[in-house]
Amino acid sequence: MTEHYLDNSATTRVSQLAAKKALQIMTECYGNPSSLHTKGMQAEQELIKARKIIADSIKAKETEIYFTSGGTEANNTAIFGTAKAKARQGKKIVTTAIEHSSVLEACEALQKQGYEVVYLTPNENGIVTAEALENAVDSDTILVSVMAVNNETGAVMPIEHISKIIKSKKSNALFHTDMVQAYGKIHIKASKIGADLISLSAHKVHAPKGVGALYVKSGVRISPLHFGGEQERKLRPGTEALPLIGAFGSAVSEFDIDKNMQYVKELNEYAKEKLLSLEGVYLNSPENALPYVLNLSVLGIRSETMLHHLEASDIFVSSGSACAKGKKSHVLKALGLSEKRADSAIRISFSKLNTKEDIDALYEAVKIGTKTLVRK
Amino acid sequence: MKEIILVKLGEIVLKGLNRRTFEDMLKKNIKNSLRGLGSFEITCAQSTISISPNSDDVDLDEVCERISKIFGIVTFSRAAVCEKDMEQILSLAPDYLSEQLENAKTFKVEAKRSDKKFPLKSPDICRETGAAILEKFPHLTVDVHNPDLTVTVEVRDFKAYIRGEAQRGAGGIPVGTGGLGTILISGGIDSPVAAYMMAKRGLRLNAVHFASPPYTSPRAEQKVVKLLQKVSMYAGHIKMFTVPFTKIQETIQSQCPEELFTIIMRRLMMDISQRIAKQTESGALITGESLGQVASQTIYALGCTDEATDMVVFRPLIGMDKEEIIKISRKIDTFDISIEPYEDCCTVFTPKHPRTRPVLKYVKEAQSKVDFEPMILEALDNLKTTEIYP
Repeated sequence: MTEHYLDNSATTRVSQLAAKKALQIMTECYGNPSSLHTKGMQAEQELIKARKIIADSIKAKETEIYFTSGGTEANNTAIFGTAKAKARQGKKIVTTAIEHSSVLEACEALQKQGYEVVYLTPNENGIVTAEALENAVDSDTILVSVMAVNNETGAVMPIEHISKIIKSKKSNALFHTDMVQAYGKIHIKASKIGADLISLSAHKVHAPKGVGALYVKSGVRISPLHFGGEQERKLRPGTEALPLIGAFGSAVSEFDIDKNMQYVKELNEYAKEKLLSLEGVYLNSPENALPYVLNLSVLGIRSETMLHHLEASDIFVSSGSACAKGKKSHVLKALGLSEKRADSAIRISFSKLNTKEDIDALYEAVKIGTKTLVRK
Repeated sequence: MKEIILVKLGEIVLKGLNRRTFEDMLKKNIKNSLRGLGSFEITCAQSTISISPNSDDVDLDEVCERISKIFGIVTFSRAAVCEKDMEQILSLAPDYLSEQLENAKTFKVEAKRSDKKFPLKSPDICRETGAAILEKFPHLTVDVHNPDLTVTVEVRDFKAYIRGEAQRGAGGIPVGTGGLGTILISGGIDSPVAAYMMAKRGLRLNAVHFASPPYTSPRAEQKVVKLLQKVSMYAGHIKMFTVPFTKIQETIQSQCPEELFTIIMRRLMMDISQRIAKQTESGALITGESLGQVASQTIYALGCTDEATDMVVFRPLIGMDKEEIIKISRKIDTFDISIEPYEDCCTVFTPKHPRTRPVLKYVKEAQSKVDFEPMILEALDNLKTTEIYP
């Protein structure tokens, strides 16, 4: 049976080029980038190359890119690092109710330490508007964290506008945006977005798990969470995960944003057309959602039941976000979806590797599901 | 809306009959530096160069970033283009500059009307444009003496242009109009700054670096490449020559008086560099020396070093304080690289008590006791060249 992997927002298949790079670094270019000898220097060259590719991919400077162990660490570093650096300036953080758990739970941890955290709720389109934010930001606010694209619905947030509002309020707050789900899918220009901190992850863009990056705008200072060396300009010490970083660079060098967007858009439209024609299937993704994510509800059939039913046909989708593992989706709840809709939501997420055959298989399996599975 | 970049030339405009040469070189430099960003129409009229992208998807921020590093430009600004029609100007101005106007408290409008056939006179253009802006942004007030934002409306030969505050350019004169100079570069803070300063006065550059493995590490050389890359953002292509210097340094160390190690080494460096310079038709040597900074940079030491070459030596940092030099190195983004801690050839075999008042006669005497010539020739035979591009 052919495999139909439609869970690309959870993670992606590593590209051949990226895998080869990792292997080459592990077996040949295995030096420590900090070693003074040639072996170390060769390794450092790989590090420099990867950093340049990633900096270029968001039109940033190489010195603004800090490698981390992934999106979660990038988000945590941005949040705790800002809280620590700005401890004397204020104790208020503004974020949204639909962030990834690595943002939400970091904020909750700070709440326990006495920080005030404001969670903005999205409008009916799943979008947190700049206007909603305007009232929440005040002189005590040290950080605003708003994701660029929601991982469960694909909803696109107006981050450029949000960053302008923060600036126009002459606030000292740093602006962090989790761009894990936007990276590689839309064109990103750090300076145009105007964010101070941007989180990126490798394994969503056909690179291995275990690596990501935090963009820190020149001149912005946040405090490190780890100590122990000069690596990553002391913000993230520890010997660099070079095989992963090198593979990350290779995967990013394969970005073809416009072409893939066009392709995935077609897939998405095809999928919508077919699936929504089935009885009891409703669209949860908002109008402006990125076509890479398609969130639907098959009313009456619980998400997990559907997921396991599909898996029997080697079709892989997700119920909500993989990081939430079966917990009820805080995102769909915040969107104001009925309990019934939220309970039966499945997330289909595409990559350039998917084909119409994947969607045909999904359609057939869902169709059988709607007929055979017992509705609640 | 069509957006272009208007570039105002610096002291080039003071040139006489050869002004065209300078303008053409500047146009060429602009064209080269914009390589990879798309295609542009670059024209020069009335001491303004206009850079007009041929498509809409050009990243003008990046264009500005690169323009800001081209010598020969005093100021530049992004401008919106429209027909020479007052109605169009009035609707475009508040719209195009909305972001800057929103953040300003006071503003004024300046008009430049080089097309004298345009029906409105400059003060009328100012008045009407100002009124249109005030209507859209009632929070603003006009301040003609000290405005937060100056809006300029230019009515030129074919089109009208609207622009906000101009940005400062890099100054200087176009690289390449002054010939070729050879920078002696070690990896410290000073030499990249010296290279930058001479490029600013119109020189193209090549570079000489001395490497003494195993006393110096490959990383020291790599550091120099990184430094020159930063300099090349301003100076364009740089050819770097790496001189294998180990044997000469070891010989100095074993056969010359300790207090003269550095001075003899520097003389030999000048000698080797001038031979490379002459081979490459370079017209001058450039060093990062600053008077009194270290023992080899006293007036007496410099006199001894200078005597080793008959070429003109430019020392643009000679009268500058370290602090001033560091300020420039931060500006050109070389400081953080310069302070990476790798041994370079100047710090190998430094004497405990170097002579601060060397006397040329004795220095020459000491140097002549050793026959360095075969070693110099050998080093020159084994030069490594590295091409450095921005």
